[in-house]
Amino acid sequence: MKKLQKADYIKMYSYMLKIRRFEERAAQLYGMGKIGGFCHLYIGQEAVVVGILMTIDKNDSVVTTYRDHGHMIARGLDPKRIMAELTGREDGYSAGKGGSMHMFSKENNFYGGHGIVGAQVPIGTGIAFTHKYKGENNICRTYIGDGAMNNGQVFEAFNLAALWKLPVLYIIENNKYGMGTSVDRAAAGLDLYKRGEAFGIPGEKVDGMNVFSVIEAADKAGKYVREGNGPYIIEVQTYRYRGHSMSDPAKYRTKEELDNYKQTDPIEIVKAEILKKKIATNDEIEKINKDTLEEIKNAAEFATNSPFPKDSELYTDVYL
Amino acid sequence: MSTEILMPALSPTMTEGNLSKWLIKKGDTVKAGDLIAEIETDKATMEVEAVDEGVVLDLLFKEGEANIPVNKAIAIIGDPNEKVEVKKEVPIEKVIEEKKIEKNIETKIENKKADIIDTPSPKIEEDRNLSSEEITMRQALRDTMAEEMRKDNKVFILGEEVAEYQGAYKVTQGLLQEFGKERVLDTPISEHGFTGLAVGAAFKGLRPILEFMTFNFSMQAIDQIINSAAKTLYMSGGQINCPIVFRGPNGAAAQVAAQHSQDFSSWYSQVPGLKVIAPSTPYNAKGLLRSAISDPNPVIFLENEILYGLKGPVNNDINFSIPIGKANIEKEGKDLTIVTYSIMLQKSKEAAFRLKEEYNLDTEIIDLQTLRPLDTETILNSVKKTNRLITVEESWPFGSVGSEIANIVQRDAFDYLDSPVIKVNSADVPMPYALSLEKLYLPQVDDIINAAKKVSYIK
Repeated sequence: MKKLQKADYIKMYSYMLKIRRFEERAAQLYGMGKIGGFCHLYIGQEAVVVGILMTIDKNDSVVTTYRDHGHMIARGLDPKRIMAELTGREDGYSAGKGGSMHMFSKENNFYGGHGIVGAQVPIGTGIAFTHKYKGENNICRTYIGDGAMNNGQVFEAFNLAALWKLPVLYIIENNKYGMGTSVDRAAAGLDLYKRGEAFGIPGEKVDGMNVFSVIEAADKAGKYVREGNGPYIIEVQTYRYRGHSMSDPAKYRTKEELDNYKQTDPIEIVKAEILKKKIATNDEIEKINKDTLEEIKNAAEFATNSPFPKDSELYTDVYL
Repeated sequence: MSTEILMPALSPTMTEGNLSKWLIKKGDTVKAGDLIAEIETDKATMEVEAVDEGVVLDLLFKEGEANIPVNKAIAIIGDPNEKVEVKKEVPIEKVIEEKKIEKNIETKIENKKADIIDTPSPKIEEDRNLSSEEITMRQALRDTMAEEMRKDNKVFILGEEVAEYQGAYKVTQGLLQEFGKERVLDTPISEHGFTGLAVGAAFKGLRPILEFMTFNFSMQAIDQIINSAAKTLYMSGGQINCPIVFRGPNGAAAQVAAQHSQDFSSWYSQVPGLKVIAPSTPYNAKGLLRSAISDPNPVIFLENEILYGLKGPVNNDINFSIPIGKANIEKEGKDLTIVTYSIMLQKSKEAAFRLKEEYNLDTEIIDLQTLRPLDTETILNSVKKTNRLITVEESWPFGSVGSEIANIVQRDAFDYLDSPVIKVNSADVPMPYALSLEKLYLPQVDDIINAAKKVSYIK
């Protein structure tokens, strides 16, 4: 693996922080009624997507679940336009017609944002099929929630990907709960990554609270897939601090459990490493914190001031 | 006693077969279970086993003879020492006639009916590039896919048995040989998975043609069709389109019962973001499939198994296409309008013929060709002329394509109507298996005639 440079540490910290501040602000706007519908926050899971980001080629494709705000930020997309989609405004990435769960950026190879549990898995497999069909040396990163791992189409996709040796990296974000049902109450046989074994798909389990572990696994897996060996599964053990969606009080878990995970907060781990390695001083970190807060505040302001889509937009984009 | 070996029905829709090869010769002794012949059906070439035992007394057809009707005697076996009736002197037709089992009344077309049904519409006859040769619907579909695959290597086909097996209904025959396994892909029986995969490939810029072995199996994949393929352009604010064709046979075949005989035209026509096409002839199948493959949107292309063998002239220009969203006036008339599509065009034409003969009614027939977007203009113009409308389709009655047409016509042409619109649909029950009940279930010519009489106030 390529040695991480100083700038990489700063990049990781900045992105993770940006995601967290974004999600906190989104929760606030939701509370104010500026964001409607479903809204699924990524707080606690930041190390997963940022770890993967560190190994990504910009021509690689990504497809993910409805818990997608953090994924878009990690893809380098503009928080202003992401937030504007959450508020359903014309500057949003989907022009206000997709909302929190359905956001896309074709030019950045970001293929959603899918609201149906499991649906993105065959789709990501098909995007990988296209990379292979066109002879491109790119891969498709396909994120899967733990809940989707009990959904039939996921296994259909695994079978096809292995059968046709498609360049797809499956990343299971196991945050322990599919909505209110814990993994052990939903999935028989606990190691989700082992579900690829029957198809001959290798996999491994990784600590998703620690970004360095994620990077190491993602780098190895990414190489395996890019070399034409077919799919690979990483199961990342992570945790969401908030409920499943905004309306979920998360009564199905204990406060102790949550506090326990907060002890291994992914952002704090990176920060400690930066200070330990003297990559940046406390003051420099404070500056990043301040700048990030400012950027997200501006995003929120932009998103609440952007106009609603014109009425005439109701009938556009149904057909090309 | 001698026994006749009859041409067997080897598929639900087979009405005739070709004698590819004899595996026995005159004078051979055959036992039950021995292979006696290779028969080519509408779907495949199959080996046929003897059921009765004896010595082969005669083979009634030569190898290579084609279009031998089901239940026609193809060989005679018996005891050579017994005095044999000289079967050949009995006109075979008569023997057959006596033994004939009505396999499926709907797939059998008497000579007179065939003339009416085979008459191409005036517009087709005007086509200067019309081929002199007639080809089947399955060949028209196959040729069009091959032509489009030659033009654009982003077009590929996937589905169950499309490659090595050459297509469950032989619609993809020869494509594997021409385009290779990278572009003609056999999938596992995994509709939900491979449909999602194809949708993803289309998002990323390929142009998949996805064959459902039948549209009944598209139910396994309908989430990907509606939630992913149809909606993503809208949900992405116009960024991500899905150029894909979902095609395969739809509707009733012959006696395959409830789970394998249903019409999904109104289901898919309800969905914004999808285009829905239902061809009725080799001619429009060719023109419409080309438009479907070239279209940047997801297209549901509803074929009909019984129509696969239907022959007709086509336009062989590799750029010939029929625009999506345009109906065809199959026959002009002044007394009433029938709006129909797919296989019901045949029955509507037969009904129109009888309405003229028996009631002197001059019927206009509109073949929709595309169900979504619907060509309301052509329908309304016709109703304004004839003032009477019936819709004829194979789907269930509740919320059918005809229901929507009735709604549009009462809204936009109320003052032109001289009688209520009448819909002719299948019975509002699951498809039964029994031949007699299947016939009752499906709209028949008499049903259309009765509806026509009703809108014309003829007792």
